[in-house]
Amino acid sequence: MNFQTLNQLADLAQERAVSIGALMLEEQSAESGRPSEREFAKMKEYYGVMKEAVRRGMETDTTSRSGLTGLDAQRVGAYNAGNESCLGGPAGQALAYALAVSEVNASMGRIIATPTAGSCGIIPGVFLSCQERFGWDDDVMTYGLFAAGAIGYVIANNSFVSGAEGGCQAEVGSAIGMAAGALTELRGGTPAQAVHAVGLALKNSLGLICDPVGGLVEIPCIVRNGFGAVTALAAADMALAGVRSVIPSDEVIKVMLEVGAAMPEKHRETAGGGLAQTPTGRKIMEDLRQQRRQ
Amino acid sequence: MRFKDVFSIIGPAMVGPSSSHTAGAARIGRAARQLLGEMPLKAEVIFYGSFAATYQGHGTDRAIAGGLLDFPTDDLRLPDSIEIAEREGMDISFRQGAGLFPHPNTVRLCLSGSGQGLTLTGISIGGGNIEIIEIDEFSVKLSGMYPTVLIHHRDYLGVLASVTDTMRRGRVNIGHMSLDRKHRSGAALTVLELDEMLAPELLRELEALPAVQSVKLIHLDESPKEEKGKGKTS
Repeated sequence: MNFQTLNQLADLAQERAVSIGALMLEEQSAESGRPSEREFAKMKEYYGVMKEAVRRGMETDTTSRSGLTGLDAQRVGAYNAGNESCLGGPAGQALAYALAVSEVNASMGRIIATPTAGSCGIIPGVFLSCQERFGWDDDVMTYGLFAAGAIGYVIANNSFVSGAEGGCQAEVGSAIGMAAGALTELRGGTPAQAVHAVGLALKNSLGLICDPVGGLVEIPCIVRNGFGAVTALAAADMALAGVRSVIPSDEVIKVMLEVGAAMPEKHRETAGGGLAQTPTGRKIMEDLRQQRRQ
Repeated sequence: MRFKDVFSIIGPAMVGPSSSHTAGAARIGRAARQLLGEMPLKAEVIFYGSFAATYQGHGTDRAIAGGLLDFPTDDLRLPDSIEIAEREGMDISFRQGAGLFPHPNTVRLCLSGSGQGLTLTGISIGGGNIEIIEIDEFSVKLSGMYPTVLIHHRDYLGVLASVTDTMRRGRVNIGHMSLDRKHRSGAALTVLELDEMLAPELLRELEALPAVQSVKLIHLDESPKEEKGKGKTS
């Protein structure tokens, strides 16, 4: 790839007078040696999988094998439909969809890792709810996924995207940054604004530990996907309004690396600390152990 | 760069719940299946580290079984793969390993087929990305992201030159290459990661080279549907 930082990414897009999404498609095709139509088709197919995951999460039984989670997306969906929700329509929809995909993941359904399975709800939550609202077609959304991928590529190579390495900030935080930047571009923001959205979003998840109860991608992962989708919308709005990430986004990514590296092992997906080691977390773990023995 | 392209960030398409524990494990199993060249009759799966601690909750065992059945990461049969494997006659067992291991998510597979056996150690490094680090006690380093050729041969002067010359004539570019040997003039394994799949005639040319015992391919093709099944291995 011809860029290693978000700054370079924005400059390159500006220079070539293309969107970040279109730039990433070009770069991907050069890297793989496959025609860009094929790479585009693959990403579009991935978007189809995301849509299907939202549908399944909103309509089918998503109770996980552990029995710990499931059906929260439908609870939120029903609440949104019948009440004046606090968030209001569009953000409420993003929340419900993000929970839906994350619950499909926990129940061993088909999803797209974006960037990981633990954070797979955020981008579909943001993308599908906004597609419905703004009437974009699937091609537009596919370019959006390339934009999200470009941002994730920079984060992954300069810091990390997995909870085991850098805590939940790396996993859910990266997905929020990717969704925020991509949405900013989809709404007509400049590459520079998209990059500011990434920094604004990432700053809000710095320090977030990875503490899955029982080691499972369920508690608190699913609800963090829901929160993440809403945060991405807020970050995109700030960037589109002209709010800048005063600490440049590339520097925020470096901070994430520093914070993640300093995190004790018990807060990095080991279930050795945080929510996993609360009295209730420990009891759930013990119950799961008993279940397995039977 | 640890992550090389957009689809290592957006993707893979997979069955949940964990890209490391499920998608990565399925890819490791599938690489092993392709190397063995058939469904294993007996499979001993040994989990280490985080894999050992949480494989039941994450379906890591199901993912490995699915991979051994040559299922891609998004195959909806993955949650039932252990039952499917047993129905198809695979004797598969899982246990927690003891001792040192190279990565928090490590699995070692001991497989036997109708004629041959295979041992393989793989690590799942995040986001569904994997590395195979050991095959039949040879150290290797392969990601499964590219079409991969594994050449069992005798450690013998000029083998590599004739291999790379075959690739040059076939106009196939090599992205990464490694060689390990048991001892001087002994058994050796060369691994090549390629930019594209080998044509059958090139494969035959490699097999015919002096000192080459066998050539095997791994191709975890997960690209769009029209390409699926093309250039598959063994």
